[in-house]
Amino acid sequence: MPTTASGPTTLSDKVWDAHVVRQAAGEPDLLFIDLHLVHEVTSPQAFAGLKLAGRPVRRPDLTLATEDHNTPTLDIDRPIADPVSRTQVDTLRKNAAEFGIRIHSLGDKDQGVVHIIGPQLGITQPGMTIVCGDSHTSTHGAFGALAFGIGTSEVEHVLATQTLPQARPKTMAVNINGDLPAGVTAKDVVLALIAKVGTGGGQGYIVEYRGTTIENLSMEGRMTICNMSIEWGAKAGMIAPDQATFDYIKGRPHAPEGEQWDAAVEYWKTLRSDDDAVFDREVDIDATQLTPFVTWGTNPGQGVPLGAVVPTPSDFTDEVDRTAAEKALQYMGLTAGTPMREIAVDTVFLGSCTNGRIEDLRLAASVLQGNRIADSVRMLVVPGSARVRLQAEIEGLDKVFLEAGAEWRAAGCSMCLGMNPDQLAPGERAASTSNRNFEGRQGKGGRTHLVSPAVAAATAITGHLSAPQDLIPAEQKG
Amino acid sequence: MDKFSTHIGVPVPLRRSNVDTDQIIPAVYLKRITRDGFEDGLFSAWRNDPDFVLNQEAYRAGTILIPGPEFGTGSSREHAVWALQNYGFKVVIGSRFGDIFRNNSGKAGLLVALVEQDVVEQLWDWVDAHPGTAIEVSLEDRVISLPDGTRHGFTIDDFTRQRLLEGLDDISMTLQHSDEIAAYEASRPSFKPATLPVRTAD
Ligand code: SF4
Repeated sequence: MPTTASGPTTLSDKVWDAHVVRQAAGEPDLLFIDLHLVHEVTSPQAFAGLKLAGRPVRRPDLTLATEDHNTPTLDIDRPIADPVSRTQVDTLRKNAAEFGIRIHSLGDKDQGVVHIIGPQLGITQPGMTIVCGDSHTSTHGAFGALAFGIGTSEVEHVLATQTLPQARPKTMAVNINGDLPAGVTAKDVVLALIAKVGTGGGQGYIVEYRGTTIENLSMEGRMTICNMSIEWGAKAGMIAPDQATFDYIKGRPHAPEGEQWDAAVEYWKTLRSDDDAVFDREVDIDATQLTPFVTWGTNPGQGVPLGAVVPTPSDFTDEVDRTAAEKALQYMGLTAGTPMREIAVDTVFLGSCTNGRIEDLRLAASVLQGNRIADSVRMLVVPGSARVRLQAEIEGLDKVFLEAGAEWRAAGCSMCLGMNPDQLAPGERAASTSNRNFEGRQGKGGRTHLVSPAVAAATAITGHLSAPQDLIPAEQKG
Repeated sequence: MDKFSTHIGVPVPLRRSNVDTDQIIPAVYLKRITRDGFEDGLFSAWRNDPDFVLNQEAYRAGTILIPGPEFGTGSSREHAVWALQNYGFKVVIGSRFGDIFRNNSGKAGLLVALVEQDVVEQLWDWVDAHPGTAIEVSLEDRVISLPDGTRHGFTIDDFTRQRLLEGLDDISMTLQHSDEIAAYEASRPSFKPATLPVRTAD
């Protein structure tokens, strides 16, 4: 049973220790939860459980609900067409009203993907514990919060008690150093990392991403990296807060003010791993060697540089990897040895809690500006939140997308998980800025290549996997 | 939650690795607001394939699933656990699991028995040779027993084991510590944010 750490301490241990309500031998620690995010898909059974037991929500003032997974991205002012989806969204609204929980519903300016709206409202802050019935809760770790996904039984537990029993995970440092080469983004970093460590590489660990590459990333980029922590099995991903973090939070609706701000910043500055803190494991990445990275298979670890070819299963020494590669190539309809750049796509999806923030839209728009997407491609641009959509419209990005021939949609998860009508048809192939290329994730039989927003935009123009660099005529490249 | 002690049932070999929760149950099946009825969505992409293991006569009534490594990775959806339970599964035996899936299973009463991958392979081979033959899984002893007398130990953490054996409800257990929660709440720094009253940009 790990006890409260003494001596040099890691960031995650500091945050963990600050939330222990109760520690007892042979039991997991009971952790206090500072913020509980709720959405329509993983909460109905939890609220039903509360009602059955006649329990209230302990801290409605630490709970925030939104509608995102199951909502349409067209005609959002009309009732949701699918009656089962409508019932689920209505159920969340009723539960929020009954239990006194704040909700941002479809049509509200603060509605959006749950992991986008927390940071946007300034309610995601360093040193907090944040949970949600959603595995990409790890996104909030970009602020130095301990944030992780939970299941519906745990959602009910947090609603009832504002705590969670948790066994303390091991700690891992991922050291990423060096300047990113031009055209390489946070998404490429994390895809390359997962390809290196494998989808199970982080299992049982809370990971801290650090090093100069991380320090030089924007908050949006840091969120992209923390977002995908779960894709290599980590319990959570964290980044120590710094001036960029404080600047991002300052002035947002729920940011502390005045003396409270000063007290908060003073505390936040202590949230760093001590210099001689020891991690259970460390991984090093040289960022200067990275290039745009894309996936070829059906899990996020099956990726290669865009300049590489589809791998040959027999080249994998591990039998499990070899079989997985064979199955993946079959599902993806790919032939070993094909250059990744020759893979043609039908659909490009720009959005999700990985890459649906304003910076992602700006990057993609800068590539699309003055270009048309290929006739063979449909491109869906789905802002991560209603405010991202508004901001993009203020900046005129919507026009860039529309003039390029893309569709400009309302905010939500959309084709990231294909729960609403935004889906791939069987056999269709997508370049997607989301986080999962699982079989059928974006629609039954659909095929997904995970890419960065820059690669998504360039791919939409050429119709096959491409980087913005490929759009420059050879004679100008010099 | 029902108490879990020993289960005797037919094992089903699922010779695949990285079966994420999207494959266990795709998102389109997650719209229900109850905990039942998810069996239709279980492994839905594979269920139409006559060769899929659950479509083979010997395994139709299977209750013990033996998948390859990295089972239940990805999405946190507890529906994956419910779908397995709704279909009739009581136990999953494997070498590596997604953390959230394993957690969810413990809460919902599905036993996840951890063994080394070479035990998984041995079990697969044994099941192939004896399709449809029941085996026994004892949570009390943490042992999987085959009818020929072979026994394989499995791992499960003490706390989850005890909860399953006694059928305890986590929430009631935690609520016994309400005083400690209240004491913690009283000591929280005042700069920590609250969702209420609502503050938005305009
Ligand atoms: S955008 Fe995708 S990954 Fe993010 S919360 Fe929605 S469904 Fe999950």
